[in-house]
Amino acid sequence: MAKNRKLLAAPYLIWMIAFTVIPLLMIVYYGMTNRDGAFTWDNVMAMARPEHLGALLLSLKLSISCTVVCLLLSYPLAMILRGRGINQSSFIVFLFILPMWMNFLLRTYAWLNLLDDGGILYTICENLGIPTISLIGTNTAIILGMVYNFLPFMVLPLYNALMKIDQNVINAAKDLGANQVQVFFRIILPLSFPGIVSGVTMVFVPSLTTFVVSDLLGARKIMLIGNIIEQEFSTADNWYLGSGLSLVLMIFILVSMAVLNHYDKNGEGTSF
Amino acid sequence: MREPLIDLKNITKSYDGQVILDDLSLSIHENEFVTLLGPSGCGKTTTLRIIGGFETPDMGQVMFHGQDITNMPPHKRNLNTVFQKYALFTHMNIAENIAFGLKIKGKSKAYIQDKIKYALKLVNLDGYEKRMPDSLSGGQQQRIAIARAIVNEPKVLLLDEPLGALDLKMRQDMQYELIRLKNELGITFIYVTHDQEEALTMSDTIVVMNQGYIQQMGTPEKIYNEPENAFVADFIGESNILDGTMIWDRLVEILGVRFDCVDTGFGTNRPVDVVIRPEDVILLDPERAQLKGIVTSVIFRGVHYEMSVEVGGFVWKVHSTTMFPEGTQVGIRVEPSNIQIMNKPESEDEEAVSRNGKK
Repeated sequence: MAKNRKLLAAPYLIWMIAFTVIPLLMIVYYGMTNRDGAFTWDNVMAMARPEHLGALLLSLKLSISCTVVCLLLSYPLAMILRGRGINQSSFIVFLFILPMWMNFLLRTYAWLNLLDDGGILYTICENLGIPTISLIGTNTAIILGMVYNFLPFMVLPLYNALMKIDQNVINAAKDLGANQVQVFFRIILPLSFPGIVSGVTMVFVPSLTTFVVSDLLGARKIMLIGNIIEQEFSTADNWYLGSGLSLVLMIFILVSMAVLNHYDKNGEGTSF
Repeated sequence: MREPLIDLKNITKSYDGQVILDDLSLSIHENEFVTLLGPSGCGKTTTLRIIGGFETPDMGQVMFHGQDITNMPPHKRNLNTVFQKYALFTHMNIAENIAFGLKIKGKSKAYIQDKIKYALKLVNLDGYEKRMPDSLSGGQQQRIAIARAIVNEPKVLLLDEPLGALDLKMRQDMQYELIRLKNELGITFIYVTHDQEEALTMSDTIVVMNQGYIQQMGTPEKIYNEPENAFVADFIGESNILDGTMIWDRLVEILGVRFDCVDTGFGTNRPVDVVIRPEDVILLDPERAQLKGIVTSVIFRGVHYEMSVEVGGFVWKVHSTTMFPEGTQVGIRVEPSNIQIMNKPESEDEEAVSRNGKK
């Protein structure tokens, strides 16, 4: 019986070995070797080169901005949803998730149309007689695109965390003399912390590694670390360097997640 | 008469057009243990939430020490609530939970430390400062919730079915604990429950509520021994409620037999409800009895036997320490003072009428 049960895990084990373990080992292998197959640290150390380091810092700057904007947009929304009836709030959450059902590329192309020279924003400004704005090729455009794409990943965990807080706990705090501000900072915010950690993780990681958004909305002028890695694999055909940089980025993400999860005692931010 | 501590004046509250409290007035004095007792939906919890400030009445006033606090937010009221499911702050340890109210009020560290020690001692949980709420049993969590409330030295402690989630043994222990606490602290307790035994054990005053009205208010003895209407009689303890006719003062006819009683002022030949407690029914030899019947079931309850006796279609509930086997012919007798006569309600509304003024 117990043996049969173990057999049921086989498909997942095979899946994990084939699509997680082996690819990861291959990246480690490529990252640690040169074209002759000899061991080297060069690919990993290449992250320290100015052009790579610059891209990494820019990626960090943009992904942190994106995460902060998402958090600032989502928290008030989740607070409002908490005060509503369950039917109403789940419908609004549904509206927020709806765009996720559309193709990621399509959504980003839509922003290209919105922000481009001669795009919707441009035309509106033109018709109003105010100076035209063209955001394509700027950091702002990339942040806008990332916020739009990753916002649902922040809303959902925050909404779930806030919905879990018992109204009686909030009433108890008021009963003990806490005003609205004190209730928020001493009760609601700390109790929603697992949701914040989870949301931050789910927004920060993909926005740090993205290359599609920066490719389209950055008009190929802005190189994020994701774009550099992508180019090493596609155009430069240098898997060794691409893998080396990927390894560094991965370790970087693992460390930041470890730091975040350290604060998430309940272990609810387990998305990565 | 003493000035009441809390005075509810003509409180009316409805949700979605459904009236929960209808013109309710209630006075609560200092150092009283008052229990709001009634079935679910009777308005007892809403009354408590209005006193606590978590609900605002549609009409009426809440007076506290002669001051109108109807629209005062909860955090400004000098009373504290113990919630049904404890509502402890799970992200804080026990000491931080208890200190919460005091920190908000900006008390000194030394004062807070003293208070935590004192409160934990009071609820018999010394040394639990560093524990987290999740690691405590239900009864312990409830005692922490009480400790967290009383360190603020409220004039009034509101308790919303605080023992509802505990098992029977724990519930009984906590009842004694609460009585002890109330006596040690000398503050007013307003306690909400649907458990009549809890109410009878702990209260100085019981307020029996139904459908948003106060049915009867009085000491536990008075409520139990002299229920004012059939609802109270039925809700508090067990009872036989029979249709009767008041022939004239001190004489009532039940099931075709005339019984002496002690009530007067109901007029002559008037239909009434007659309430007789199961333990007041005396079973004896049929020859010497007023009514004759047959025992239809016997259940052993420990202290007494619970028997059903059928007399002319009506089944009497009888509690007695003497057992009569099933199928036995028995006689029934009732002492005149144990027969409670009450007016028949003419409508549902009248059944739920407020008896507040009659206290």
